[in-house]
Amino acid sequence: MCLAIPGKVIEIIDENGLKMGKIDYAGSVSRACVEYCGDVEVGNYVIVHAGMAISVLDEQEALESIAIHQSLAEEAAKEGKDIFDNPLPKNNKGER
Amino acid sequence: MKYLDEFRDAKLAKYFVERINKISTKKCVIMEVCGGQTHSIIQNGIDQVLPENIEMVHGPGCPVCVTPLETLDRAIKIAKKENVIFASFGDMLRVPGSDSDLLKAKSEGADVRIVYSALEALKIARENPDKEIVFLAIGFETTAPGNALAILQAEKEGLANFSEIVSHVLVPPAMETILSSEDNRVQAFLAAGHVCTVMGYWEYEPIAEKYKVPIVPTGFEPVDILNGIFLAVKQIEEGKAFVENQYTRSVKREGNIAAQNLLKEIFVVADQKWRGIGMIPMSGMNISQKYEKYDAAKKFDVTDIITKEPEKCQSGLVLRGNLKPNECAAFGKECTPENPLGATMVSSEGACAAYFKFKRFNVR
Repeated sequence: MCLAIPGKVIEIIDENGLKMGKIDYAGSVSRACVEYCGDVEVGNYVIVHAGMAISVLDEQEALESIAIHQSLAEEAAKEGKDIFDNPLPKNNKGER
Repeated sequence: MKYLDEFRDAKLAKYFVERINKISTKKCVIMEVCGGQTHSIIQNGIDQVLPENIEMVHGPGCPVCVTPLETLDRAIKIAKKENVIFASFGDMLRVPGSDSDLLKAKSEGADVRIVYSALEALKIARENPDKEIVFLAIGFETTAPGNALAILQAEKEGLANFSEIVSHVLVPPAMETILSSEDNRVQAFLAAGHVCTVMGYWEYEPIAEKYKVPIVPTGFEPVDILNGIFLAVKQIEEGKAFVENQYTRSVKREGNIAAQNLLKEIFVVADQKWRGIGMIPMSGMNISQKYEKYDAAKKFDVTDIITKEPEKCQSGLVLRGNLKPNECAAFGKECTPENPLGATMVSSEGACAAYFKFKRFNVR
């Protein structure tokens, strides 16, 4: 539950009065609150933990971190799993 | 080295291993605080590529593992109540309570649902106005802001059918408890990178000074961890003890002020019991009086809780860094992820689960 990984903010929306972001984690997209991590814009990389962005990352640093995750994901995908050790969905749309 | 070579930054990882080897002469015991770091260390075999004089011990930083048995027993009782939808992080479902667990309660008819955040639980409350939605809000300083946000949002939207059973734990008091115990072996800490992202690292400066221990806020990638170990070893070799930030891409000294203010608005710091460790003064956060209508422990009058820990489980020693999982007589025998005796074997961040998953059956 404590896994927090960098993702790219691809859209910012208002949801029930909360500033939410659609976050892309190497192809898998989910929503997180981006109201409590300072100024955030589409294109920024954020560290998301349990549905809430806790920091905006330096892009250069985030890309390096993602590159490592990507290689992990590729390794895991060979075994039919995602980086969270869950089985990959068969339709492979990646959005939940 | 398996796994380490598979990273794109394998060269960088090897570089740090070489640097550590070059400077390390003294015996040193380093504790990584966070369960996420423990998992990364065991998965990547980081502890096995270090010189023999460096020992990594695993800390209490798995919130699932330290959630008190009373809280879990109370959660199970509330989950079984009529008209309740009980929402929890998935990790908590198989953690053994005194007589049952949440998954068993679900199989017996309780409406227990897995969520990834407190906001998802709030969404269930919004969609089910005729039901009571109770969220099991556990976590360290990293998770607590999200749990606070759900309460603040419930207040804004007037969602009176939402409440939380809270069991929050704070890292600095736990570190002090470990350092001041008679059997302490820890000489340096890798502090949890994402706890520090929220809280900053200024809180650790007096601890480093008082106990003369290096404290290095560290990230979670293998290279982060090796870099953190290098910085800790370097301080020990040079006879220094201060806070040195390895995870600079995310951690600032002052932390995330907005998230800290959110915590202050909703919660109050209080004494907290840690499973396997015991009561630690001012090491938790409860819901403040102002928001007490969202406190499920007050909303649902649950009594008759008599806790009972399995006698064979030694997770308390594991959580304090005094026992490696594979040194426990029950490890891999009576205690497996399928039939766990304690929470450290259940949670994906528990040290026992990491040792089992990555087949560390033999004592080094």
